[in-house]
Amino acid sequence: MVFGIPGGTILPAYDPLLDSTKVRHILVRHEQGAGHAATGYAQATGKVGVCMATSGPGATNLVTPLADANMDSVPVVAITGQQSRPLIGTDAFQEADICGITMPITKHNVLVTDAAEIPRAIAEAFHIAATGRPGPVLVDIPKDVLQEQTSFSWPPEMRLPGYRPTTRPHGKQVREAAKLIVSARKPVLYVGGGVIKADAHAELLRLAEDTGIPVVTTLMARGAFPDSHEQHLGMPGMHGTVAAVAAMQKSDLLIALGARFDDRVTGQLGSFAPDAQVIHADIDPAEISKNRRADVPIVGDCKEIITELIDAVRAERETAKAVDLAPWWTTLNSLRETFPLGYDWPEDGTLSPQYVIERIGSLSPADTIYTAGVGQHQMWAAQFVKYEHPRTWINSGGLGTMGFAVPAAMGIKAGEPDRTVWAIDGDGCFQMTNQELATCAIEGLPVKIAVINNGNLGMVRQWQTLFYGERYSNTDLGTHKHRIPDFKLLAEALGCVGLRAESREEVDEVIAKALEINDRPVVIDFVVGKDAQVWPMVAAGTGNSEIMAARGIRPLFDEDI
Amino acid sequence: MTRHTLSVLVEDKPGVLARVAGLFSRRGFNIESLAVGRTEYPDISRMTIVVSVDELPLEQVTKQLNKLINVIKIVELEPTASVQRQLVLIKVRADATVRSQVLETVQLFRAKVVDVSPEAVTIEATGTSEKLDALLRMLEPYGLREIVQSGMVAIGRGARSITATAVR
Repeated sequence: MVFGIPGGTILPAYDPLLDSTKVRHILVRHEQGAGHAATGYAQATGKVGVCMATSGPGATNLVTPLADANMDSVPVVAITGQQSRPLIGTDAFQEADICGITMPITKHNVLVTDAAEIPRAIAEAFHIAATGRPGPVLVDIPKDVLQEQTSFSWPPEMRLPGYRPTTRPHGKQVREAAKLIVSARKPVLYVGGGVIKADAHAELLRLAEDTGIPVVTTLMARGAFPDSHEQHLGMPGMHGTVAAVAAMQKSDLLIALGARFDDRVTGQLGSFAPDAQVIHADIDPAEISKNRRADVPIVGDCKEIITELIDAVRAERETAKAVDLAPWWTTLNSLRETFPLGYDWPEDGTLSPQYVIERIGSLSPADTIYTAGVGQHQMWAAQFVKYEHPRTWINSGGLGTMGFAVPAAMGIKAGEPDRTVWAIDGDGCFQMTNQELATCAIEGLPVKIAVINNGNLGMVRQWQTLFYGERYSNTDLGTHKHRIPDFKLLAEALGCVGLRAESREEVDEVIAKALEINDRPVVIDFVVGKDAQVWPMVAAGTGNSEIMAARGIRPLFDEDI
Repeated sequence: MTRHTLSVLVEDKPGVLARVAGLFSRRGFNIESLAVGRTEYPDISRMTIVVSVDELPLEQVTKQLNKLINVIKIVELEPTASVQRQLVLIKVRADATVRSQVLETVQLFRAKVVDVSPEAVTIEATGTSEKLDALLRMLEPYGLREIVQSGMVAIGRGARSITATAVR
């Protein structure tokens, strides 16, 4: 499966694609769509996603999705055409130094200058993208190189003397970690996206149940641990649950698994989890002690680490006296009961966006895959859809790429054609990349798009409400005021079914209708209130103890932690 | 902040220098000196990078460097356990009245004169950066017309070879 658009310099690579029975090429409408589709495909299937573009603007349009995949450690290979070798460096037509441009936003990239090197470059690109800490790799191939004749054997020999990712954890470190785990009074399993990438959810469940330790799953790890599990406290971070944020703040031991202490999780670093010792397990040694010093660093693959941890903890238990976690759970349960996730209906009688998202989650099949754009709707989708399985929540976490949802949904559906795929999008995001719905309609990828249309750049507006004295500078998109564009008509123009819901009564009905349609993409314009806000919230630059459950309510602030 | 000398073995491929330099600037580290050259292996180059950073950011920068696919090995060379040398070419004003004094300084520092004209001499000197700084201070009163300095190169003392262990 390849997502791409041909052009002058990549033409020689596209010509044989016409006869290929093994490779399906999906002709997208914009290269950014190809990149996000490859990312969605990779996240849903665990395989490497592939996108292809021509030189110059084709390649530079891949910059955003490559940066996105880099931040979220997604295995993607991008193949770009380049101007012919004699023209490189002459500012030739559609020439851009894409290797130079993408150097800081790819795991690796390479300009192939000899046809004989193409097979090895491609094999190495797939290997590098998929192994170690996954990431995007770009292979740039000049047109005249693509036009040469060469012979090759597959698989070619790889030559990567500087690339040896550590996957086996150090036994001593695992034992040290086990010692801390059995003696901690307030431990928390801080689970990041690495657990999903390592396919370690089953092992995580076993470790959690063996130890009885509470679990929090970051934005990238939603689905790594079942939301219905009683040990699950929800998502930590800026818009996490009070219980998850408080558990980390009060913890005496954070067991970080495939997580990277991102600023959106830690808040102000200096006041984050002040009493906690840290076990940090990650495949990337550079993540360990980058933001928060680790007391026990473990470098390796999360699946192997957790497997060994389970045994080490069991062994440790035989000698050590068991610590009673009941007091810890009493504290956490009381927080969980006092400050559950929730929302109020808007006072002006408009439709609640949280309700819409909650209903989509309730009415859709259990194996549905969800994706989202970036902003309020993304946070609500992370909060109010319940995730039970890994790879059912795919979003742009690190880079925060608006416009991610529609093309990502396209890639997800291409990879998982038999499953329902919902893109929960915002009206701002949707207007950045909705042209890929034409691709979906033509290529037979019946995705479902819920546009949570509040007429505004909602998250920015929320910040303006809270921190800029309600001065709404350039956040009203006019989608309410003028109904421009009319998303229902736009959907139809793009070959999709367009639906709309503006009241509570219509919500279930349109969702049911959308779930019945499987021959075409569906877009639902959910016209919702503009003043709904994402809560809880840790304001940017403040400490996590200042988390607000709702505006003005700070459950942890004056408390003795 | 302390000074650290890193020896970085890299694959001899186009763009490697840009990758390394870009990484330093992107992560906010200043390179004090940089020297790149070939090694006894045709496909491996060696960079000697001098940076002024604290211990913890240094650890981060070496870890990030190690993530570059073309970087094979990184070794920090301690000043006491290594030989570190820089080369400088100095064009100093030296007419007949002061030439003998300039030449005396050159001798004191075991430097040598590589070019001479009626108004100036060009001096070549190698050594640690401290020694070269001292030489420059001594020559300054005569008038420094032009200076060009190489990056620091360094090699560990004793029989061990970092390249030999890297390619094994």
